Amino acid sequence: MKQMYLHDIHEKLDQEPIRTGFGRGLLQAGKDDENVVAACADLTGSTQMAAFAEEFPNRFVQVGVAEQNLATVGSGLAAMGKIPFVSSYAAFSPGRNWEQIRTTICLNEQPVKVVGSHAGVSVGPDGATHQMLEDIALMRVLPHMVVIAPADSIEAEKATLALAKDKKNPGYIRLAREKTPVFTTEKTPFEIGKAYVLSPGKDLSIITTGTMTYHGLLAAEALYKDGIDAEVVHVPTIKPLDAATILTSVEKTGHVITAEEGQIAAGFGSAIAELLAEHHPVKMKRIGMRDRFGESGNPDDLLEHFGLTAKHISLAAHDLMA
Amino acid sequence: MKKKYSIQELEEIAFDIREDIIKMLEHAGSGHSAGPLGLADIFTALYFDVLKHDPKNPDWEQRDIFLLSNGHCAPVQYATMAHAGFFAKKELKTLRQLGSRLQGHPERTALPGLENTSGPLGCGLSQACGMSLAMRMNQDMHRWVYVVMGDGELNEGNIWEAAMLANKYNLNNITAIIDRNNIQIDGPTEDVMPLEDLKAKWEAFGWFVLDIDGNNIEAVIDALNMSRAIVEKPVMIIAHTVPGKGVDFMEYDFHWHGAPPNKEQAKEALKELRTLRGKIRGEHE
Repeated sequence: MKQMYLHDIHEKLDQEPIRTGFGRGLLQAGKDDENVVAACADLTGSTQMAAFAEEFPNRFVQVGVAEQNLATVGSGLAAMGKIPFVSSYAAFSPGRNWEQIRTTICLNEQPVKVVGSHAGVSVGPDGATHQMLEDIALMRVLPHMVVIAPADSIEAEKATLALAKDKKNPGYIRLAREKTPVFTTEKTPFEIGKAYVLSPGKDLSIITTGTMTYHGLLAAEALYKDGIDAEVVHVPTIKPLDAATILTSVEKTGHVITAEEGQIAAGFGSAIAELLAEHHPVKMKRIGMRDRFGESGNPDDLLEHFGLTAKHISLAAHDLMA
Repeated sequence: MKKKYSIQELEEIAFDIREDIIKMLEHAGSGHSAGPLGLADIFTALYFDVLKHDPKNPDWEQRDIFLLSNGHCAPVQYATMAHAGFFAKKELKTLRQLGSRLQGHPERTALPGLENTSGPLGCGLSQACGMSLAMRMNQDMHRWVYVVMGDGELNEGNIWEAAMLANKYNLNNITAIIDRNNIQIDGPTEDVMPLEDLKAKWEAFGWFVLDIDGNNIEAVIDALNMSRAIVEKPVMIIAHTVPGKGVDFMEYDFHWHGAPPNKEQAKEALKELRTLRGKIRGEHE
C-alpha cells in the first residue's frame, strides 16, 4: 500500500490563514536584519503587518489608502538599501499599481517585496472586487520579479524569510485570507525557485500552487483508491519555475493536471503549459477560474461552485486518463 | 574642493547644455525639445552649484539624491551630467540608439549617476519620499533629496498621494521643483487639466511653496539654498520656465513638447543659441 502524504491525518490538521505565516515571517525577518522595513496601505491588521509595525514603529510606513504610493515609496526605500515589504490586498496591489511595480521596482531593479493578501475566490463574502484572480498573470510576466504562492502558513513564513534575504530581486508573495490546513512542517524544505514532489506517483502529475496544493494531495489519495497513481508536485515558486523537477515528473507520468486559485489564462497552469509545450508536450488539463470573476459567498461554497476542489481535480484526472 | 562658478559662468554652461540638447535631439531624430531647453538653467544650478555629488564616484554614500520624475526630459539630464563629468560628451550622440546607456527615458541601471528609472509620470516624488524615509531610519537627514517634476505630470494622482505622505512625516530634506512651463503634449496645461491655483494647492497639502523664475540661475540657486533652511515643512519650488527657452521658434509652443528639430531647424536653433551666448557676455561686461 502506497504511503500517502496526508496519511489519514488531514482531519486532524491545524487550520491557520496563510497570511498569518507571513506576519510571523516578517517579524522574524525584521529581527534578523535591521534593513527589513515595511509599508502598508491601510490594511495593517488584515495583511498581518501589525506585529512588525508594533515591534519596529520607526521601520514601518503607513501610506494610507494609496497603493500607487505604496509601490513607489517602496522603490525609494529600496534605493537607499532597505528591503521593503509593501502590503495590501492583491486586488489593489498589484491590481492597481502594476505600472509603478513595472517601472520603479522591476525595470529599476529594486528588491521591493510586494505582498498581496486576500488572493483567490476563498476571500468569500467580500465578492468579486476583492477576490484577486489575475495577480499571478500580472506578476509572472514582469522581468526580474520572483513570484511565490505558499501552500500554507508555515511555508508562507519560510518564503517571507527567504524573500527578505534576497537583496537583489523584487518579489511577489500571494497570500490567502481564510484558514487553511497546515500540512507542511518546520522540516519541510523550502527554497526560492524549487518545486517539490510531495507525494510520488507514476500515472499522472498533479502540479499545484498555493491553496490548491492541499486539494491536490487529497485528490491523489482519492485517485489512488480508484487505481490512478498520481504524483503531486507542489510549485510554490511560480517564477522562476523549477523546470527540472516539473519535467522529470511529467516525463515519467505523461499526464498533467494543474490547479490554482486564479485565472488559468496567463496564470500558473499557463506557465506549466508554456514549459511543457516547448520541452515535453503531454495531455493536460488546467483547474482554475475560466475567464470569469468570482462572487460573494461562503469560501467553501465558492470553491465548490467554481470547481476548485480535490473532487474537481479527481474528475479532471479520470477524464484525462480515460 | 568643488569649484565655485560665477553666475555668468553658469549661464554659459546652461547655453552649452542647450546646444548639446539640440544636437542630441537632431541626431536622435526623436525626443522632447521644449522641456529640456526650459530646464537647462535649473539643471545647471543643481549639478554645478547645489548638489553634493562626485561625478567620479557616483555612488558616494553621502551624496545628495537627484531624481528626474518626468523622464522625457532626459536629454537635459544627460547633457548636464556629461558637462559635469559623469561621462564623455561624445557619448551624448548615442541618445536613443541601440545599446546606448542614454535610453530614451532614463534607466538607473543603464548609467551610473542616475538614481531612478522614469518616464511613466507621477512617480518621482513618492520615490523621493521613500528615500527620505530611509535616510531618517538611517539617521542620515543631512543628505538632501531633490526632485524635478513636470507641471503636466501633476495630473497624476500618485503625486498627490506623495504630497500627503511628505507632509505627514514632515520629510523636510526633500526639495521638489515643478517645471511650470504651462504646456503638455495635448496643449496648454490650463486647457488640458487646469492646475491653478497651484501654489494654494501645495500649501493646502502642507508644503512650503516658493514661486521663482526658473530661467534665472541666480534665483534658482537662491531658492534651492533657502529650501535647505526650511525645516518645518517639505519645500516645493514652482519654477516658472519658458518651454523651448533660448530657441525663438520653439518658445511657448506646445507642439515642441514631444518633437525634435530636423537638420535645418537644428542649424537655426544653434545659430540663435550662439547669438544669445554673446548677449550673456555683453550683459556681464
